[in-house]
Amino acid sequence: MEKAELGQHILSRYNEDLERLRSDVLQMGGLVASQLHHALQALAEHNSSLAGDVVSNEARVNQMEVDIDDECSRILATRAPAASDLRLVVAIIKTITDLERVGDEAHKIGNIGLRQAGMDRGAGDGYRIVRHLGREALALLNQSLDVFARLDAKAALEALKHDRILDEEFEAVQRQCITFMIEDPRTIRPSIDLLWVARALERVGDHAKNICEYVIYMVGGRDVRHISVQDIELSLQLTGTSDDSAVAVHRQDSAS
Amino acid sequence: MNTAPAPGAHWPLLPRAVAENLSFYYGAFQALKSINLPVADRRVTALIGPSGCGKSTFLRCFNRMHDLQVGSRYEGSITLYPENINLVARNVDPIEVRMRIGMVFQKANPFPTSIADNVTYGLRLRGMKSRVRLAEALEKALVGAALWDEVKDRLEQSAMALSGGQMQRLCIARALATSPELVLFDEPTSALDPIATAKIEELIATLRDQVTVLIVTHNMQQAARLSDYTAFMYLGELVEYDTAAKIFTNPARKATEDYITGRYG
Repeated sequence: MEKAELGQHILSRYNEDLERLRSDVLQMGGLVASQLHHALQALAEHNSSLAGDVVSNEARVNQMEVDIDDECSRILATRAPAASDLRLVVAIIKTITDLERVGDEAHKIGNIGLRQAGMDRGAGDGYRIVRHLGREALALLNQSLDVFARLDAKAALEALKHDRILDEEFEAVQRQCITFMIEDPRTIRPSIDLLWVARALERVGDHAKNICEYVIYMVGGRDVRHISVQDIELSLQLTGTSDDSAVAVHRQDSAS
Repeated sequence: MNTAPAPGAHWPLLPRAVAENLSFYYGAFQALKSINLPVADRRVTALIGPSGCGKSTFLRCFNRMHDLQVGSRYEGSITLYPENINLVARNVDPIEVRMRIGMVFQKANPFPTSIADNVTYGLRLRGMKSRVRLAEALEKALVGAALWDEVKDRLEQSAMALSGGQMQRLCIARALATSPELVLFDEPTSALDPIATAKIEELIATLRDQVTVLIVTHNMQQAARLSDYTAFMYLGELVEYDTAAKIFTNPARKATEDYITGRYG
């Protein structure tokens, strides 16, 4: 039950539609992850051209969301998907909303990167404070995309547990920034920027967590939003994991 | 394969009828294999499954339509509540059964008489003679079948002049006229256009509060739209029974999943 695979439809074009939809989402996820990666890199290296790329690429992310949404509507209208196919489409509609918001967060960080690149390094070079948080957020995002690609509910559950680390790290960054500001009022402006970056990264973690929850829904049909990780774990254990009840979301060709 | 409803299935609180270990044989061929299935009172229960899976055979057991088939044999029981009558017992008169259980077929089959005579046929057969009461029953049944407005001015005209959808609703009116407790529908809309289909579906939805409905359909969306409970059958066995919402969003069994998503297992 933890993993699902996509099998053949009688209608091969339906199969192709669903496969394309999935690969489009992964492509969008890849773009969003690289946006976040580049935004953080631009911030660390005071690289204004890289930050500028991130800002201008935001439009591409938005367009992808619109296109995938359209395709989902078309599939709902023409194929009337049921059961696992329905859950796949519904989960994708929600997933791309979260991905688009991750894109927004990367865009915010990019803008801050642009501004900081023009500033004197001196006291403003606080990137190291958010470096760890950035790494964690990016890792969690990549993990959620991986979970989505493999339709692996068990791995999704593991990923959910990591969100707590991000929340703790965000707390730590806030405390550090407050300390800086108290020590030296000249650091207030860059510290506020850093807080915005940290806040954006914490939000990225929340979106990645949402994506993992959609994958659990997609694979097993259980809606696990708004419940604790412990309760999710319990419910996954309780509701049978026999092969017979395994959801037959099938992979047409896992290599593709 | 386990033929009992899957664990966790939502059995209705109030079944109007329950099939228990129901098997049916056409001679040596076993068409139904120990089916256990409730039919919820005043709810719509849909039977889905590929051709030849036994859903029509199962439906026909309810009003004993197999009795004339040479070599046919029932095993197990279908209990009709609240009287606890076993519908498939030898000592139960099929005529009696059919008075309480109406049936509507795939192809509309009105009698070649007037619209009014079609509807009141069952009542007259039961000995109702009062013209006033027959007229009342006629109107009630036609209103119930959402046909009254279309035919009220030509009740004495031949039923054969109606359109396909109207004929089917006439057959429903005929089935409703005798106030059955349970109405069986065997693919009632498969020969109709989308508009006529929608009217029949609307009609079944309004009947839901008054009578118990058991419907066989090949149209998966129709089952999803119409039914409160859905049973998936395959090769004479009941694979899964649950609420329609559960079956169409998250079925417990892979075979059900494969069938409703259009992947053949």
